[in-house]
Amino acid sequence: MDWIVILQAGVASGTVLLFATLGEIFAERSGVLNLGVEGMMLMGAMSAFSVAVKTGNPWLGVLVAMLAAGLLSQVHAFITVTLQADQVVSGLALTFLGTGLSLVLGEGLSKAGTVALLPAFSIPLLSRIPLLGPIFFTDQNVMVYLGYLLTPLAWYYINHTRPGMHLRAVGEHPAAADTLGISVYRLRYFYVFVGGTLAGLAGATISLAISPGWFSELTTAGQGWIAVGLVIFAQWDPVRGAIGSYVFGALRRLILDIQGPQTLLWFANPFYYNPYWGFFLQMLPYAFTVIVLVLGSREAVRKRLGAPAALGLPYIRGERGL
Amino acid sequence: MKKFFQSGWTSRLSYGLLLPLLATLLALGVGAVMLLLLDVNPVTAYKAMWEGAFGTPNALAETLVKSTPLMLVGIGICISFRGNVINIGGEGQMIVGAILATWLGLTFTDWPGWLMIAMALLLGFLGGALWGGIPGYLKAYFGVNEILSTVMMNAIAVQLMNYLLRGPMIDPSQAQLASKIPQTARLPEAFRLPRWVPTRLHLGFLLALVLAVVVYFLLWRTTLGYRIRAVGQNAFAARYAGINVKRQVVLALLLSGAFAGLAGAVQVYGVNYRMITDGSASGFTGSAGFNGIVAALFGQLHPLGTIPASIFFGALLVGANKMQRVVQVPSALITALNGLVVVFVVSSDYWRRKKERQRLAQLVEQSEILPDDDIGSHTAEGTA
Repeated sequence: MDWIVILQAGVASGTVLLFATLGEIFAERSGVLNLGVEGMMLMGAMSAFSVAVKTGNPWLGVLVAMLAAGLLSQVHAFITVTLQADQVVSGLALTFLGTGLSLVLGEGLSKAGTVALLPAFSIPLLSRIPLLGPIFFTDQNVMVYLGYLLTPLAWYYINHTRPGMHLRAVGEHPAAADTLGISVYRLRYFYVFVGGTLAGLAGATISLAISPGWFSELTTAGQGWIAVGLVIFAQWDPVRGAIGSYVFGALRRLILDIQGPQTLLWFANPFYYNPYWGFFLQMLPYAFTVIVLVLGSREAVRKRLGAPAALGLPYIRGERGL
Repeated sequence: MKKFFQSGWTSRLSYGLLLPLLATLLALGVGAVMLLLLDVNPVTAYKAMWEGAFGTPNALAETLVKSTPLMLVGIGICISFRGNVINIGGEGQMIVGAILATWLGLTFTDWPGWLMIAMALLLGFLGGALWGGIPGYLKAYFGVNEILSTVMMNAIAVQLMNYLLRGPMIDPSQAQLASKIPQTARLPEAFRLPRWVPTRLHLGFLLALVLAVVVYFLLWRTTLGYRIRAVGQNAFAARYAGINVKRQVVLALLLSGAFAGLAGAVQVYGVNYRMITDGSASGFTGSAGFNGIVAALFGQLHPLGTIPASIFFGALLVGANKMQRVVQVPSALITALNGLVVVFVVSSDYWRRKKERQRLAQLVEQSEILPDDDIGSHTAEGTA
């Protein structure tokens, strides 16, 4: 068991969570909780793989995945922003809808065989940095590098640009934003769409890069829900979201790899000799999410940090609410 | 959602019946478009669906069998959602309830049948309560979002099931074979829930009907139900009224989980007589833990409304199998249709709230109460 390899693969698998988490951060910062991440990711994974199979062009697959998931997210935007309905229930509906649609449209796709995948490469100079080079910059998929770029960009955009300030205003105090001439409805639609496209990108990253193929619901295996949990842990901050995503990615890889070797740190590997113990390992990411939520919630209380103030509330112009 | 039942009897009827029906028609309409896109004649497909669900007495019985877990999960969902606690953990709670009930039945094989059935269902109830109570406790005392924790508890329960059914609880005869199908041994015949032969309709359906009435009384005729609903309507007001909010949150999720756990036990003792896993949750539950939520929402979060709603979704699921055989469309289409139904049900809430606002405005005009706070709190609560 090579730790470098595990961490390297962990970064790759964490990239999926990263995209989904960043997307949900955008949506929630605008005040819209979208629990449909899992459905949108499945939609993205299915459409990316399907298009790549049909056209042989993985990039086209990524594009279609982002559009498909973005389109699906607009169902949620319409229900919650325009019709001002319950965001939780609508998000659940979106999960059902996305899962069902992608299973129907992806019927038979699991036997599609090999397709052209997104390329992986090393970054010339950076890959020679000791320790960090092999983990972060060697033989990684192009999507992983995109993740490195997207995280600081998202952070800068949200915290240090004018549109980012508008985004935060709409999520914290929509009525005040409205009086300043910021269109609350339009921005919420837009950032739900951004969240959808990023969830689609996450899906495409699974099916065309990290673990290629279409395995119906098992393609995402609940990662969309983990991403929603990571947003809370991240306190709606992209950089913390990235750290959480990579840690979780590494954990997912470790669980797969720890069952391989006969000895573990000079001891007989219990997971090798009791193969069914692996099921307990597979509980870990989910148990960890709960623990992370406990810690995250406590920290939020202690530091008086919190969710965007208007998260989950519809904005109705002219009515006293928030 | 929870304000559905507060404005008069007539509008109650129209919102309770009309809007869900409209939502269904719309969902079926969109479903028809999807079928057309899949090159399938929607009329043929829906006809096959109808026949599969209601065409013969046996089909009808299958529909009721399928609706039983939905109803049990659904009435539990009514409790939690009325308490403003969102329980998405039905799948895991069903699994844990079923595991405990199965274990009991396979361990004490010499008990009389009636005693075992009663004890096993009780243990299933308690198992679900445990699996729902943990996220409830975490929400009440650590502020952990229950939507996420219940989803995570689902995944944990699935792995627990996979471990037990391959390891300690595997059918001894399977353990000898190379195939090692992950399933438990069969329950003794004496422990099976009575059936209405020759169909598969079992006593669990009747139990679910009775419990729906019980939960109705619990929610609207007992202090506990009043407290849970009060917390759901406005937690701050409930606290000022001296209600222990945290305890109601735990209880709401615990009870909700208990009914799902019971659903799991009923599936084992009434339908399968053993547990078997294909590695996923839906392999055992048939996604009843999720579809029960849909049924409860469709039934306006009312235990009695959940009865017809569950039968309706049971029919959809049974009919979908027939439709799959006749017109060769994947039965996952029903998952999408379920999603669409919820989309339309939750959207229809818009017109209800609009009417509510008009009614309030009228009241204000008549009685000259100060309007501001009332309307403000309404908009804030409706979404919480």
